[in-house]
Amino acid sequence: MPADAGCFSIPFDVPPYRLSGAVYGTLVNHRSGLTLLGDAVNHPPYNAPPKAPVLYIKPRNTLALPGSVVSIPRGTPELEVGACLGMVIGRTACNVSETHALDYVAGYLIVADVSIPHGSFHRPSIRFKARDGFCPLGPAVTARAVVANPDALTIRTYVDDVLVQTAGTADLIRPAARLLADVSEFMTLTPGDVLALGAAAPAPRVRPGQTSRIEIDGLGSLSNPFREAAV
Amino acid sequence: MMRARVAYAGAIHEATPAREAAAHRRTASNIQSGERNDDVRLADGRVVVAEDVVWLPPFEVGTVIALGLNYADHAKELAFNAQEEPLVFLKGPGTLLGHLGMTRRPAGVKFMHYECELAVIIGRPAKQVPRDRAMLHVSGYCIANDYAIRDYLENWYRPNLRVKNRDGGTVLGPWFVEAADVPDPGNLALRTWVNGKLTQQGNTRDLIFDIPYLIEYLSSFMTLSPGDVILTGTPEGVVNVMPGDVVACEIDGLGRLVNSIAADADFGR
Repeated sequence: MPADAGCFSIPFDVPPYRLSGAVYGTLVNHRSGLTLLGDAVNHPPYNAPPKAPVLYIKPRNTLALPGSVVSIPRGTPELEVGACLGMVIGRTACNVSETHALDYVAGYLIVADVSIPHGSFHRPSIRFKARDGFCPLGPAVTARAVVANPDALTIRTYVDDVLVQTAGTADLIRPAARLLADVSEFMTLTPGDVLALGAAAPAPRVRPGQTSRIEIDGLGSLSNPFREAAV
Repeated sequence: MMRARVAYAGAIHEATPAREAAAHRRTASNIQSGERNDDVRLADGRVVVAEDVVWLPPFEVGTVIALGLNYADHAKELAFNAQEEPLVFLKGPGTLLGHLGMTRRPAGVKFMHYECELAVIIGRPAKQVPRDRAMLHVSGYCIANDYAIRDYLENWYRPNLRVKNRDGGTVLGPWFVEAADVPDPGNLALRTWVNGKLTQQGNTRDLIFDIPYLIEYLSSFMTLSPGDVILTGTPEGVVNVMPGDVVACEIDGLGRLVNSIAADADFGR
């Protein structure tokens, strides 16, 4: 479906062999996110911690390949890189149970959810997350069979080769199977869709001229340079 | 020109109104004469009754961009203050539905409502397009009915996907109407009927952020591509709908988009 078929060239050696172009992300799904917010979750504008998964969409214009340049808008000193494990759907998943949810997963890849830093998660503008090239993916879809346990992976983020964040999928509030079950209760995911499980907070920041690199055990690494936008 | 995408007798077809001039106007005289306004003509020449085809969204849909609270009256209805920037959210492909489709209302929810909206379809890639050139990037229009279930509203990344991105919650159609046939998209009346009762009325002249502004704004940070669609928001008059209800959204010149509300049992839940 995507007009820019960039993400289709990501190696994907198990069915359905290519991404659909639909990418969903999950926020405050890593315990560090809630910890950082602290008691603020009980006050306006939130008034309560999230109950259902907090989801967002990375539209097709955001999808980008490993190595692609991420453009930092003028006047924005730095961007956030949310390092996420992405689940790639293998079979149409509608209202699946947690017990069987992972049967619907084809494999996994690394998702760099790039954002303009923003303080409020109440009703943030999509211009923080939906800019062109703000969702590099890759480097390949690793088959589910190769990943022994998606809930025990270490995610390391480097900026210019300096390790800036280490996070684990063991600290997700909704682990992979539970998240897919809860999401598919109200929205059907189809083969090739990506559901990112959420990044740890605070997300590392990257300035113009720097390069981010995300590594996940067994999935390789995803590296992208950041440059100031020409206009 | 108006065109639809329909499934019929084993294939997907482009279809046009069998009686184009009357497609969105049921007059007393042609009802009396027994002629039907909603028959469709397939590209291969067959003329078929509207209920005998399966209506799909009338174009290949890309990114779905939706506006919240873009009519002053509806913003007031939901107790919102003036905005500096459009309230935009995105929707995924699983939520799309065609004319005459069914939208599920889960058991136990208290407030599920329709939203009749003008949908603006992008025809040419748009990147950093100024408002005076924005309309050159529009290929056409259709009606959208963008359902919400307010019970699920939470204050995190509103409006959250559980409210606004449910399966079958974004109805598009029945027709894709070419931009040339809609001379003034900034002055179209919208109406919604629930079981034949008029419940919602508005006019696109009351949009807080008009179409050229929205294209300029969106294309300032994201490249719009052909098939991307902007749902421009809904006026006041949203009411609760229940399984069995038939919801019809009308927009001047674009036709009448009908769908029904179904219960969990219809979906094996």
